[in-house]
Amino acid sequence: MTTAPAGRTAPRDPGGPGAARTATRTAAAARPRSRARTALLFLAPFLLLFTGLYLAPIGYTVYQSLFRLRRSGLGLSAPTEVFAGLGNYATALGDPEFRGSLLRVLLIGLVQVPLMLLLALVLALLLDAKSTMFKRFFRLAFFLPYALPGVVGAIMWSYLVAPGLSPITAAAEHLGLHLNLTSDGMLGATIGNMLTWGWTGYNMLIIHSALQSVPAELSEAAVMDGCSAFGIAWRIKVPMIRPALVLTTVFSIIGTAQLYNEPAILHNVAPNLSSGYTPVYAAYNAVDANNFNLAATESVVLALLALVLSFGFLKLVQRRGDAL
Amino acid sequence: MNTTPTRAARPGASRWLVLGVLLVASVYFLAPVWWLLVASTKTSAGLFTGNGFWFGDFALFDNLTQVFTRQDGVYWEWLGNSALYALGGAGVSTLISAMAGYALAKYRFRGRELTFNGVLAAVLVPQPLLAVPLYLMFSELHLVNTYWAVLLPSMVSPFGVYLARIYAAASVPDELIEAGRIDGAGELRIFATIALRVMSPALVTVFLFQFVAIWTNYLLPVLMLADDHLQPVTVGVVGWQAQRALGPGAVPLNVVVTAAMVSAVPLVVLFLSLQRFWRAGLTAGSVK
Repeated sequence: MTTAPAGRTAPRDPGGPGAARTATRTAAAARPRSRARTALLFLAPFLLLFTGLYLAPIGYTVYQSLFRLRRSGLGLSAPTEVFAGLGNYATALGDPEFRGSLLRVLLIGLVQVPLMLLLALVLALLLDAKSTMFKRFFRLAFFLPYALPGVVGAIMWSYLVAPGLSPITAAAEHLGLHLNLTSDGMLGATIGNMLTWGWTGYNMLIIHSALQSVPAELSEAAVMDGCSAFGIAWRIKVPMIRPALVLTTVFSIIGTAQLYNEPAILHNVAPNLSSGYTPVYAAYNAVDANNFNLAATESVVLALLALVLSFGFLKLVQRRGDAL
Repeated sequence: MNTTPTRAARPGASRWLVLGVLLVASVYFLAPVWWLLVASTKTSAGLFTGNGFWFGDFALFDNLTQVFTRQDGVYWEWLGNSALYALGGAGVSTLISAMAGYALAKYRFRGRELTFNGVLAAVLVPQPLLAVPLYLMFSELHLVNTYWAVLLPSMVSPFGVYLARIYAAASVPDELIEAGRIDGAGELRIFATIALRVMSPALVTVFLFQFVAIWTNYLLPVLMLADDHLQPVTVGVVGWQAQRALGPGAVPLNVVVTAAMVSAVPLVVLFLSLQRFWRAGLTAGSVK
């Protein structure tokens, strides 16, 4: 890599005094360079939009999170923007409501993500088993919730749990049970259920397609050795689809961190749901209240949390993988 | 197969058990959708009485009329806006992703690995997490409450670039490109006539994923668009839901339910008719 090709410094003018051999070598060396330029041209639209719509807003948000509006004592002149250092971060993290929203997301993630992925794994393994009937129908049925827009699913579930309308509470009432799925204590479970319903099929499909690449001979050999169906699933298939399981976990962690639609829509039938229920919800409200600096700060905190959690998880499984 | 005659007799009972488990699971996933379908055929009063999972007075056509004529037919505008954002955004992003993926797969240049790693990292940045930062920036640029506020962010899809790179690397043979060069075709011409054609099935997948992502997006448009006439159908329907219990402008429940149901129809149709492209994208997602 250190030696520069002769062609780079050679004159490009083909009519120059160089011998014919040098001229062809120059052309050959120049081609990769012009190709690199072509590659950049192909990449340019994406890079331009990516810079403008990914990197710039992220940078701008970090910048905004370091400033604060100061209003003059009488409020007569326009407020001025002053550097706040980490002051906004102290404010955001000092707010018990925002801390609560972070904890809530963590808790939902800790309980709902493993349950959902376990369900997705079990369903994928069952669908993968050779003797299973009606595979096509089941695969379609499980995946249908994902084909529905998340907002439609959330509206639907908001009515399925709303007091007075819910067929679930009506059924419970028949059994003599008083159930309120939108009470403070039940909100977490209700939202967890909405997420599980919406995303299990998606995760199942990813796991299922990974399972299909596990060679059939392995399972057949294990059957010959007297391994039970459960043993095959647990000892052979699951270890082989580890990458798919890691991937779905990371996606689910990130998905939970950005939770917004479900609580926001549930709020329409459950006014007791606090309007800072999740961090994104809190940031949305800060935007609504025209407190852009706080919205920026909360976004950065949330992004950092998602980053730490997903990378932390990756590190964790990596170390375990090495130990095995 | 016929390799396991000794064990083949055993699965009898467990087979039914598996079927039972799968049936229970499919009831869990299908029943709510069934409820939505049934609910969209009911009158507002009918929604609060009787069995939610079976039909009452059939009012589907009346509901549809109410949805499509309410507020001077604003629902049509919402559907049109959704189509505009989804078709426009997905169309542009597919072309851009194809170009970028092709360049990353078929050219060697400095910074290639860096670019691709950046794309991979960006796949992990969820759109909703970016929505608030985009709003903050767009409000500074006075882009808020315009079509561009939703269209522009819809035009970039790191996941699309990632998919396009995988497909370009796997499906466009170097020999074909070389043959084109020897024939004297320019690089752009090779891309447009050879690469795009070979990659086209994969590009359907890219288009589909982006189309669905835009059609279902809620947080970005609800932040950006205050004007009814610019909103996509997701924002519109949730807006109706929020108004359902408020004063004289209240939107009846049957209208909200039917409007929600109708807004899902294009996606369900798209999904059912293009199943194999879906699976192609999801499988590629699990490769890495």
